[in-house]
Amino acid sequence: MQTPSLELKGSSFTLSVLHINQLDLEKVTIELDGKLAIAPQFFLGAPLVVNLSRIKAADYNLAALKDLLISRQLVIVGITEAIDEIATQAKALGLANIKSGKQSNAQPQLPKTSKIVKQNVRSGQQIYAKNADLVIFGTVGNGAEVIADGSIHIYGNLRGKAMAGASGDKHAIIIARSLEAELVSIAGQYWLAENIQHNSTTKSGCVRLEGESLTIEALPL
Amino acid sequence: MTQIIVVTSGKGGVGKTTSSAAIATGLALKGHKTVVVDFDIGLRNLDLIMGCERRVVYDFVNVINGEANLNQALIKDKRCPNLFVLPASQTRDKDALTKEGVGKVLDDLAKDFEFIICDSPAGIETGAMMALYFADVAIVTTNPEVSSVRDSDRILGMLQSKSKRAEEGLEPVKEYLLLTRYSPARVTTGEMLSVEDVEEILAIPLIGVIPESQAVLKASNSGVPVIMDQESDAGKAYSDSVDRLLGEELPLRFVTEQKKGFLKRIFGS
Repeated sequence: MQTPSLELKGSSFTLSVLHINQLDLEKVTIELDGKLAIAPQFFLGAPLVVNLSRIKAADYNLAALKDLLISRQLVIVGITEAIDEIATQAKALGLANIKSGKQSNAQPQLPKTSKIVKQNVRSGQQIYAKNADLVIFGTVGNGAEVIADGSIHIYGNLRGKAMAGASGDKHAIIIARSLEAELVSIAGQYWLAENIQHNSTTKSGCVRLEGESLTIEALPL
Repeated sequence: MTQIIVVTSGKGGVGKTTSSAAIATGLALKGHKTVVVDFDIGLRNLDLIMGCERRVVYDFVNVINGEANLNQALIKDKRCPNLFVLPASQTRDKDALTKEGVGKVLDDLAKDFEFIICDSPAGIETGAMMALYFADVAIVTTNPEVSSVRDSDRILGMLQSKSKRAEEGLEPVKEYLLLTRYSPARVTTGEMLSVEDVEEILAIPLIGVIPESQAVLKASNSGVPVIMDQESDAGKAYSDSVDRLLGEELPLRFVTEQKKGFLKRIFGS
C-alpha cells in the first residue's frame, strides 16, 4: 500500500502561557526583560501562548505586543481567553485563538445503551459492550469473557469471567442467576472464584463495589 | 437435500473417528447414500476404522489439487453398498485444505449423496475449521470429563461464529451432543460427570450416550465400525443415535448402572 503524503493526527503539547496583566506595554517590557534575564536559555525560542483574560480594552495593540515578544526571541503561537475584538486582531496577525483544555467543550457523552446477547457465550468467546450495559440471555461458559463499560446482567449461569465498569464506572454491577464465575471485576477491583465462594452463600447474586472492595448480595428471587 | 454433518470435539481421543465411522455406517445401513470424509490430513485414521486402508489410492488432497477425480478417490465399502469413504492424505498437512477446494469437493459430493459426514481432526486449527465450516449439523463428541467438556464448549463457540452459516447469517448449525465412553458405575462413585452435568454445561440437545465398551477397541482393531456389532451395547447405542439423528425419539439406554446378579457377584464377570 502506498503511504499517504500527509496524515492528520491529534496530539497534545505543553505550552508556556504568558499572562499579560496590564495595558502598559512599557511596564510589561521591563518586567519581561527581568524574567528573561534569570534564565535566558530557557526562554530562547520557546513557544508561548499569551493569556489576555485581564485585557478588556478593545483597542489594545496586539501587534505591538507581538513585535515585543519576537524581538526577545520568543515565538508566539497564539492567544487565549481574549475578548472578541482582540481575537479579531489576532486573526489578522496570523495568530491562533487557542482554547485551553479546561475551556474546550468536552466531547458530548454518548447516551449509554444496552447490548443484548440471546445465546450462550461459549468458552473462548469474548463479548465487549462498549459504553453500554450487557444483558445475556444464556450461560457464560468456563473460559468465556464478558466485558462491559456498564453493568452486566446474566440470566443464566456465570461460569467464565465478567468485567463490569471496564472504563472505570464504580457504580456498575454484575448480576447472575447463578454465580460460579472464574473472575468478577468491577472498575478494576476483582475477585477470583475462591474469593467469591468465601464471600457468598447464595447461588444467584449481585456483585457491586462498596468503597474500594467488592460485595455480593443475594437477589430476592 | 444433502446434509453435511461434522463430527467434532476440540479435544483429541474422545472418539470422533469411531463415531464418524459408526454414524456413517448406521445411516448407510438405513438405506441413505452416505460418504464419510476424513479431514485429519497427515494423521489418517478413518480408513483403518473402516477397514479399507489397503484400498487407498487417491485421497482428499489429490482431489482438491485436481490430481484425481472424486470417483477415483472414493472407496466403496464392501459390506454396505450405500457407504463410501474419502480418505485423508497421510503425507501432507492441514494447510493443504482450502475453503475453495473443500467447498468444491463437498459440492460435488452433494450431487450424489444424502449425507456427508466430516470427520474432524482435534484442535481448533485449519483442519478442524475446514471440517466444520460447511456443516449443517454438528455432532459434538464429548467424554464425561471436564477438559473434554470445556473443549466442546469452545468448539460450539466456533460453530456459532466461524461456520459458513454463521458468517452468512443463515439458520445456525444444528448442534447435538454425543456423549462417549460413558461409564454409569463411575458416575455413581462420583469419578465421572453424569449425563445431566454435561447437558447442563453445554446446553445442547443430546443425541446419544455411548457406553465405555470393550467392543469399541475390538471393532477399531479389526476395521469394522462398531455399529455393525449389534451384540454390543456400544453398537446398539450408536444405532439409537442414528435413529435420533433421523428424527426418531427413543429413550436413552445404558445410562444407569446394571445391578450384578447374585451369581455374577459371586463368580465375577
